[in-house]
Amino acid sequence: MKLTTTLMASTAMVMAGTSAFADAHMASEMTIVSWGGAYSASQKAAYHDPYSEANGVTIVNDESSAEAVAKLRAMSEAGNVTWDVVDVVAADAIRLCDEGLALEIDFDTQLANGDDGSTASEDFGDLLVSDCFIPQIVYSTTAGYRTDLVGDTPPTSICAMFDLEAYPGMRSLEKRPINNMEWALLCDGVAKADVYDVLETEAGQSQAFAKLDTIKDNVVWWSAGADTPQLLADGEVIMGTTYNGRLFALIEEQNQPVGMLWDAQVFDLDGWIIPTGLSPEREARALDYVKFATDTQRLADQAMYISYGPARASSAPLVGQHATLGIDMAQHMPTDPENAKNTFLYNYEWWADYRDDLDAKFQAWLSQ
Amino acid sequence: MTTTALKGQTVAPNLMGFTLPVTAAFGAFFGLLAGQATGAGALLGIIVGAAAGAIIAYVLVTMLPYKTGRLTAIAAIGVLGLLIGGMIGLIVGVLSGAALGWCAYWVHTGRYRASMPPYATAGQVLWHNTFKFICGAILFFLIAPIVTIIPLSFNAENFFTFTPEMLSLDPAGFSLKHYRDFFTNDDWLRPLKNSVIIAPFATIISVSLGTLAAIGLSQSHVPFRRAIMAILISPMIVPLIISATGMFFFYSQMGLFMENTFGMSKSLSGYIKVILAHAALGIPFVIITVTATLVGFDHSLTRAAANMGATPTVTFFRVQMPLILPGVISGALFAFITSFDEVVVVLFVGAAAQKTLPWQMFTGLREQISPTILAVATILVIVSILLLTTVELLRRRSERLRGLSPT
Repeated sequence: MKLTTTLMASTAMVMAGTSAFADAHMASEMTIVSWGGAYSASQKAAYHDPYSEANGVTIVNDESSAEAVAKLRAMSEAGNVTWDVVDVVAADAIRLCDEGLALEIDFDTQLANGDDGSTASEDFGDLLVSDCFIPQIVYSTTAGYRTDLVGDTPPTSICAMFDLEAYPGMRSLEKRPINNMEWALLCDGVAKADVYDVLETEAGQSQAFAKLDTIKDNVVWWSAGADTPQLLADGEVIMGTTYNGRLFALIEEQNQPVGMLWDAQVFDLDGWIIPTGLSPEREARALDYVKFATDTQRLADQAMYISYGPARASSAPLVGQHATLGIDMAQHMPTDPENAKNTFLYNYEWWADYRDDLDAKFQAWLSQ
Repeated sequence: MTTTALKGQTVAPNLMGFTLPVTAAFGAFFGLLAGQATGAGALLGIIVGAAAGAIIAYVLVTMLPYKTGRLTAIAAIGVLGLLIGGMIGLIVGVLSGAALGWCAYWVHTGRYRASMPPYATAGQVLWHNTFKFICGAILFFLIAPIVTIIPLSFNAENFFTFTPEMLSLDPAGFSLKHYRDFFTNDDWLRPLKNSVIIAPFATIISVSLGTLAAIGLSQSHVPFRRAIMAILISPMIVPLIISATGMFFFYSQMGLFMENTFGMSKSLSGYIKVILAHAALGIPFVIITVTATLVGFDHSLTRAAANMGATPTVTFFRVQMPLILPGVISGALFAFITSFDEVVVVLFVGAAAQKTLPWQMFTGLREQISPTILAVATILVIVSILLLTTVELLRRRSERLRGLSPT
């Protein structure tokens, strides 16, 4: 008995010793920042749990991505960065990278190669929009409508949003100029290719606001991704925009009478950054984590839990069925050819230049 | 028509000129609410409600005695509600029937001026009753939003919506799943644990320091009393977001110091930071309540105790403390609730490992409008009510024991 105990104890010690040795240069605890809700849950299942199991790392989830830029600035000023890996949208990553708050990544050496043998930079392709940003998913902002409240001819075009005669009732739009201005111009007869050129001019901006004016009294403005699903479930709005994953959950998981309007969906990227100013152990751990979490299989795994498209081209063929519902996820991806028949390309650089100005104009227009 | 025999009431109110219009107006108000709720339109609701009020007033006053009349009104409007709105309509109908019947008799028997002296003019009686109505409305609007969330927390769906099943009181529309979620989901249990760790420690610190400060500041020989008091109370007056920003920078440095000098783990130093920040927020409440109790404290008692040979410490615990205990307890309660409800400072000072319940509710509302938040809110409301009741009962008991009448 005593011998067994001693043996077991020494074995345990040896094992603990080796694992401690192997990880001596990496931190054993990390804080990962994300958006919360179903999205964080999908990351936990696809990335965090397998990673902590394999490496014995404790992962703390902080749901602060919405204020990531402001908080990272404050943390870096206070000299106390408590986050190790942060999930942000591409536009925020670009800002953080410009301000030197995010670590620059050498994609080909610091990330895994694709399962098909391609290098990371080939695999991610055009989605590498910043030197600091490791893309994770492609999501889209798109519209959903109440199938029972839109009459016999369900909308097929985003312009239904501006058509109060055919679809009377309230709609919900995001409380910011991005996407709304573009859609307004598209539905006012501007060609897709010219939208940003027109929006650059004073007259073009007035044109977009004039179009938005026609529905202003019938709009509920949302600021959180959860708002539109709630409003649609309530029947308070007949159609509204939100992230496609929210609509998927509303339709497939909550069985609400809601249809997807993929027309003119706007793609955007979400991914990881690593803050600058971490201790060497923490930085090594963060890099090890993102290498693991953004490999081909892991990105495909995430699509089992939420309908966002994996950012690697090599992951697409591996996308399978939903983990609990057992439905094929490929057809619910924003990147599915059937859904992506008419997409709108969001112009990061354009918005980086015009965002502050248009934000102010938009807020002024809202309060008129 | 019977003449009422109320003191000072010589003339029975005029049915057509007074009782009928008043009850009709009352009915129109109910009709307005019902019309809006059913979607039938405000105008239709007002008309139907006014008609119902007028009919009830006329029938009740001229034909039926009090008890039968009240029951008839309840039954009639109840059936009307059942026909229009089903189960929920029945409940609303019964309630408005009871209210309308009460109104008709209340107006017609002249009881509306029973609490006024006989010489009060019509204007004074009107204002008296309007005033009571306004007070009632204020209480209603204070409590109604809180009451609404309680049934919603039993929603079977994952939205903040009164579903048709809920409105028809179908059992399938209700479920305890959000409560189950709260008690089984780690995302909620960890914040609960954190709140239960942080709030008591913060309370203990703020009560000890706050009580000492209040006693010191109540001594007349302390210099700069007012200035010191103002500084100590400032966390309560300065906008929270400003304190929070300042605390963020202050406690970041302090956290680094604790970690580097004492070798504390990040999680321990995180808890200490949040507890100290919350204690600073709680101290003003303790100071104010204890100072208020000290006003009624007779300082000759401490001198008497000193005369009998008691040291200041013994005097404090044996003489002063028992007498100011009610103030200390209510201060402690405020400090506890401040820490337990606080979201701004903890968002700044805390790290994810110190996430408290309000923080989780805040992110939950932003990211995922889940009725679990309502279930938590309901539980918190009940806990607060129980806590306040307990403290109030304890206070009364201690006052009875000391021979004071409860105030």
